[in-house]
Amino acid sequence: MSEISMSGPAVGEAGRTGDWRNSRPVMDAAKCLAVKQGKVTCQICWVYCPDGCIAQGVGPVIDLTYCKGCGICAEECPAGAIGMQPEALHGVCATDDGEAAR
Amino acid sequence: MSDDVSVMTGNEAAATAARLARVQVIAAYPITPQSPVVEQLAAWVESGELSAEFVAVESEHSAMTVCIGASTVGARTFTATSSNGLAYMTEQVWWAPGARLPIVMCVVNRAMAAPWNVLNDQQDSMSVRDAGWVQLFCRDNQEILDTTVQAYRIAERLHVPVMVCYDGFLLSHTMMPVAVPSPEQVDAFLPPFTQPFTVVDPADPRNVGPVVLADPRADETGAVRGGYMEIRALHHRALLDALTVIPETDAEYAAAVGRSWGGLLWEHLLDDAEVVLIAAGSLGTQLTLTVEALREQGVKAGVLGIRAYRPFPVEALREKLAGRRLALVFDKALSYGYEGPICSDLRGSMLGVEGAPAVFGAACGLGGRDVTPDDLAEAARRAIADLEAGARTRETDWINLHLEG
Repeated sequence: MSEISMSGPAVGEAGRTGDWRNSRPVMDAAKCLAVKQGKVTCQICWVYCPDGCIAQGVGPVIDLTYCKGCGICAEECPAGAIGMQPEALHGVCATDDGEAAR
Repeated sequence: MSDDVSVMTGNEAAATAARLARVQVIAAYPITPQSPVVEQLAAWVESGELSAEFVAVESEHSAMTVCIGASTVGARTFTATSSNGLAYMTEQVWWAPGARLPIVMCVVNRAMAAPWNVLNDQQDSMSVRDAGWVQLFCRDNQEILDTTVQAYRIAERLHVPVMVCYDGFLLSHTMMPVAVPSPEQVDAFLPPFTQPFTVVDPADPRNVGPVVLADPRADETGAVRGGYMEIRALHHRALLDALTVIPETDAEYAAAVGRSWGGLLWEHLLDDAEVVLIAAGSLGTQLTLTVEALREQGVKAGVLGIRAYRPFPVEALREKLAGRRLALVFDKALSYGYEGPICSDLRGSMLGVEGAPAVFGAACGLGGRDVTPDDLAEAARRAIADLEAGARTRETDWINLHLEG
């Protein structure tokens, strides 16, 4: 076992940080500038996400497995296309083995 | 002996040791009484006599941070500080051992403020005794030089940082003859450090020191990585291994250079001693005079000096102290509201030991208050009188305290 804390850069190297979230970003595609223009433009949410959980796209895609729910993307979106919704609205969280926690 | 003997201060002895160890990165911020150590090193770097990077920083916190960064990429690093400088450094003083970096730091022991006082006691290093460094105390300038060189070998074998503690002014600014080993002797004893836990390789990028949570979990390769407790347990094990490595290193040094300092503990007239006087640092040298005087008065007294305070040499102390009547510990520090730190550690280590002595504590020398061999002998006589009056425990005896008036 390693004597120190060390990891290689990889998706999920800090664990399933999505488990920490108590509210999640939900994108309204109709308002997203990239979707409206039909090309990879704006992408401000991708720039600002501190955990690299957003992939560029038309529109950008948020990886909820690792999104901690900080809300910075919602704050920075110039079109107001991202809203933060309490996690409780989405029911129970999935556990590591994929089963719903009861 | 081929050694070149020079008359030098404790601070020059420490700087000379760092030069002989071929340190590669030095970072420091000035503070009395440490400053002459790094002033000397800076002069040698400037003159080209020492091939090292000297990083002038704006605080002790940054000094240790530079050492952490340099040590992470495998450089041999050195810093020195005292008192409030060490306190200001404290956050990084914890980081270095947790990250298992073999940094060597001289702590030139000085009283903690408030009130301001630049003189000697040992409160500064005692206040970080739990941070996971090896702590070695020196009794004279020769031991400062030899211990600082040994500290690199200990640190690099165990991947733990080592604090070399010596008394401010009493040693740091006092001149004594010091035998300086040749660079060839030290090179033979101390090979270059080639096995850091971390490497910086652009082809194999790493996150060094990322957050770990409570439990072990698989990393990105699928290998199980320890949680916080596993990493700390391995760190603790390394410090316990130092109980073996410190004496081994002292013996290797004796073979290479011709001087040994006792490893974990040292002693003077201990064999038949019924009363054992205990201290760390230069106070131990004074105690040798005290026990010689006590013996002239018919008291079978001896000295047991603490060289390694962390790890605490529990087994060695039990072996040395079982069967004695009294262990009197002189602390130049206090856990305020309790007692001297060496005293309480020693008492704890004696619990349940057959034939354990009574353990009494005395506080002395705080903030540079003078303490003479005569004062120490008088304190020993008081402790013996208390023991003969039936005491098995006793409040801390403050030596040379003048509260009246």
